[in-house]
Amino acid sequence: MSEGLAMPQDAAARYGGLGAGTWRWIGALALIALAAALPFAVSNYHVFELTLVMIYAIAVLGLNILTGYNGQISLGHGGFFAAGAYTAAILMHRYGLPYWATLAPAGLVCFALGVLFGLPALRFEGPYLALVTLAMAVATPQLLKYFDSWTGGQQGINLVKIQPPPGLGIDRDRWLYLVVLVVLLLAMRVAANMLNGRTGRAFVAIRDHPIAAAAMGIDVARYKTLAFGTSTALTGIAGALSAMVISFVAPESFSLFLSLSFLVGSAVGGIATISGAIVGGLFIEFVPNLANDISDAAPWAIYGLAMLLLMYAMPRGVAGSVGLLLQRFQSRRASRSDQDHKGRMP
Amino acid sequence: MKVKHAVTAGLSAAGLILASSLAAFAAGQYGPGVSDTEIKLGNTMPYSGPASSYGIIGKVDAAYFAMINEQGGINGRKITFISRDDSYSPPKTVEQVRQLVEQDQVLLIFNSLGTPPNMAIHGYLNDNKVPQLFPATGADQWNDPKHFPWTMMWLPSYSIESHIYARFILKNLPNAKIAVLYQNDDYGKDYLNGLRDGLGDKASKMIVATQSYETTDPTVDSQIVALQASGADVLMTAAIPKFAAQAVRKVYDIGWKPTHFLNSVGNAVGTVMKPAGLEKGVGIISAAFAKDPTDPQWQSTPEYKEWLAFMTKAGLSANTTDVQAVIGYSFAQTMVAVLKACGDNLTRENVMKQAASLHDVKLPMLLPGITLSTSANNFDPIKQMQLQKFDGTTWRLFGDVISGSGS
Amino acid sequence: MHQLLQQIFSGLAAGAVYASLALALVMIYRATDVVNFAQGEMAMFSTYIAWTLVNAGLPFWAAFVLTLVTSFLGGMTIERIIIRPVENAPVLVTVVVTIGLLLIFNALAGWIFTYTLQEFPSPFPDRTLFGALMTTRDLGVIGVTLVMLLLLFAFFRFTATGLAMRAAAQNPESARLCGIPVGRMLAIGWGLAAAIGATAGIMVAPVLFLDPNMMGGVLLYAFTGALLGGITSPVGAVVGGLIVGVTENLVGTYLIASQLKLTVALALIILVLVFRPNGLFGTAIVRRV
Repeated sequence: MSEGLAMPQDAAARYGGLGAGTWRWIGALALIALAAALPFAVSNYHVFELTLVMIYAIAVLGLNILTGYNGQISLGHGGFFAAGAYTAAILMHRYGLPYWATLAPAGLVCFALGVLFGLPALRFEGPYLALVTLAMAVATPQLLKYFDSWTGGQQGINLVKIQPPPGLGIDRDRWLYLVVLVVLLLAMRVAANMLNGRTGRAFVAIRDHPIAAAAMGIDVARYKTLAFGTSTALTGIAGALSAMVISFVAPESFSLFLSLSFLVGSAVGGIATISGAIVGGLFIEFVPNLANDISDAAPWAIYGLAMLLLMYAMPRGVAGSVGLLLQRFQSRRASRSDQDHKGRMP
Repeated sequence: MKVKHAVTAGLSAAGLILASSLAAFAAGQYGPGVSDTEIKLGNTMPYSGPASSYGIIGKVDAAYFAMINEQGGINGRKITFISRDDSYSPPKTVEQVRQLVEQDQVLLIFNSLGTPPNMAIHGYLNDNKVPQLFPATGADQWNDPKHFPWTMMWLPSYSIESHIYARFILKNLPNAKIAVLYQNDDYGKDYLNGLRDGLGDKASKMIVATQSYETTDPTVDSQIVALQASGADVLMTAAIPKFAAQAVRKVYDIGWKPTHFLNSVGNAVGTVMKPAGLEKGVGIISAAFAKDPTDPQWQSTPEYKEWLAFMTKAGLSANTTDVQAVIGYSFAQTMVAVLKACGDNLTRENVMKQAASLHDVKLPMLLPGITLSTSANNFDPIKQMQLQKFDGTTWRLFGDVISGSGS
Repeated sequence: MHQLLQQIFSGLAAGAVYASLALALVMIYRATDVVNFAQGEMAMFSTYIAWTLVNAGLPFWAAFVLTLVTSFLGGMTIERIIIRPVENAPVLVTVVVTIGLLLIFNALAGWIFTYTLQEFPSPFPDRTLFGALMTTRDLGVIGVTLVMLLLLFAFFRFTATGLAMRAAAQNPESARLCGIPVGRMLAIGWGLAAAIGATAGIMVAPVLFLDPNMMGGVLLYAFTGALLGGITSPVGAVVGGLIVGVTENLVGTYLIASQLKLTVALALIILVLVFRPNGLFGTAIVRRV
């Protein structure tokens, strides 16, 4: 019975009595517990900030699916974020829906929009696709201002502040934080399942070599459209959450700069990763404020500089680079145990 | 001996009581952000992003408060002015204002810029009873003391100005056909709606064409051409300087000679009339409430010289052609006047009370005759403007100072 | 009828503005395969340099030439220092880097030169032509754009450097084997694009007026025009830019209210691209498997 190829899992078989997989679960649960406890240790304002971080993380996760895993660049995700936000706002404001019931419609509307967009986008590549998505970002504020009987036009929609369930005894900010946390975890789980499975492999194959993928029988059009739809659905859900948390939507909230921020956050976090989305969310939320502290004369210059430096240092993004390091670490362990096993080979 | 002791004891006790009550009186009542030596004010401004040209207002505010501090502060307290960048994005405004109120513990929010940003924080500030004073926007909704008792406006509302134009048109040009160029946002639409409102039931007959533009449009030439084609003989332009200048120029270049009303936001001599071509703006009518720093008629006055000296000392001499800097100066002076009137009672309630008790307050860089007045039912300090006509060099004021009816 | 003519002529004037920046975009794309989102801001910054020189007393043409040289060198420097490190990284990284450059230039211009609107002198007198259909300045923009187009066309077609640059962009490895200094070609490409952008900015500033956000909207239209014409074709860039200008004007006047004209114009252009995904004059990229 030959050992065959030494698998990294075998090499890293046991740490203190538990397998690597089990350790990963423990680590994840610990992080989740930490995240759930965090809002009770910090002030309301910081809870609010962290909630925004998670919302942006969900939006960036959507973009990662499309641009990172499927290779279709999008400069227009701010538009889908707006669509989700306004769907939720209109449902709450006009039709009196409770906030938690707006998430699914927002997701569905944005999924449909994404598919609608994805179909013509099939024809385009590279800078042409960038233009088509850019058009979405630019058209969104115009459309929002035009259909003002629905959207409130430039005045926007002021929403009634969401109240936490009465029995729990926590305040509004913390309740919303926990709601968004749950949605984030679900989104990450769903994304992971999709991306680590067949769909994800099809996405990556299409990104890396579309002709070979088609030759292997992958329905390129179907998967590309699916990527668009799931991506925009996630970003739309993030938009709906943002409407709930900020209690206000207006066309100015969804400028071209928002779309660019998502793209930048995605690249900085790690475009083809899931955990990178959280880094992206942190970047989008905190770096502009930090830039302001460093220089109030030209804060965006600092922000731009931060982008450049991060791209030089970590072209694969933070999560991408960390992932690369881990891979190297694991392969080194594998080769070391390979040598151990060599002695036993017949 | 005992009597002497008793008297001494009695006198000392009385002295102690008197001294401590005097001290308590001097200490006053303080809201958040106030101490014996400090008053903390919060502000958000677009220092970055598409509206960053308005950031000068925040810079002028900061410079003015620094100057007041150098002169000893307000009743012995220095102003700490914390101004944060919101890039004109409402979610960011909410974030910054929450930080100012909850982390920095400021007394009030002063002079935040933009209608959407202020709308985003409107509810939050009123719910938390934090004064939202003198936002830098001319929308009407900030004058609503019944529903929003913590919000007070300052700028004459955009609709007051278009009401003034409407009345002029109804009186002097009753058969006019009016075309309107407006910026496609709350500011431009307020002007358009104000004009409609001011014309009353004649509006639909008189307004024959409207064209809007986005701030991302490179020029408004196409819109002007379209408006001319409507056959209108009156044009109202509600545009910011860049597009106002383009409009003035294009109207002249295509040989169109309407009676042209130019909004006060876009009428500065140095940044609009001159780039457009001084001869192209002759005859244009506008309204104003503040002195244009590039208008020769004000440049010899002592008030202008004082303002200019202030700007130069503050390192802002590059902005001395910008009327926004004059307006920022006036905003800051109003804030200082309100805080002074509070004396040692610097609670949020008293601040609102003093702000609602302004009687004919004069400011040096406002047009002569224009004063600030507020009351418990009226949170609109500046309701007056004056009409002026451009003569190729300067704006000639004519008529009387007019009071608008506002909302 | 008169209004139609006027709208078309205004559209051509505006379109020439877009076309001039579109040429710079095409230049960079042909030389380096990169869409430079910072092109507009770089052009704006160059214009401010020219403005400073003119204000310091230099005559217009001296300032113009000096600005072109400075922009050329500046473009080369940017390529070497800022773009070179991410040369081999995925496209998205370069996109992010150019977006970063966009922000930096915009913020620097606002900080150094303030946001107050400035006038910019034009070498052309201020007169109207053809019965008020166009001004001499608008015609000047069109004229200069066409001259730049011809120069660019000649450069790529008839000069050795132009040929070397095309080779370096299409196939860097083979080009290196032929002895072409690929790195230098890329730098020259950026330098030329910066110079073209500077020319565009200087021509355009008298018409649009100078402020740090002058090129923001123009970049979007220029990008659209360049893609419509074919991102690899200078002729396409000019034709595309002009079409975008005229389409937008006509759409806004006859088709839909001005509040939606940008949206509708973009939609129409995308429709055209659906049928010609490489633009009107672009060449399809054939991939071998």
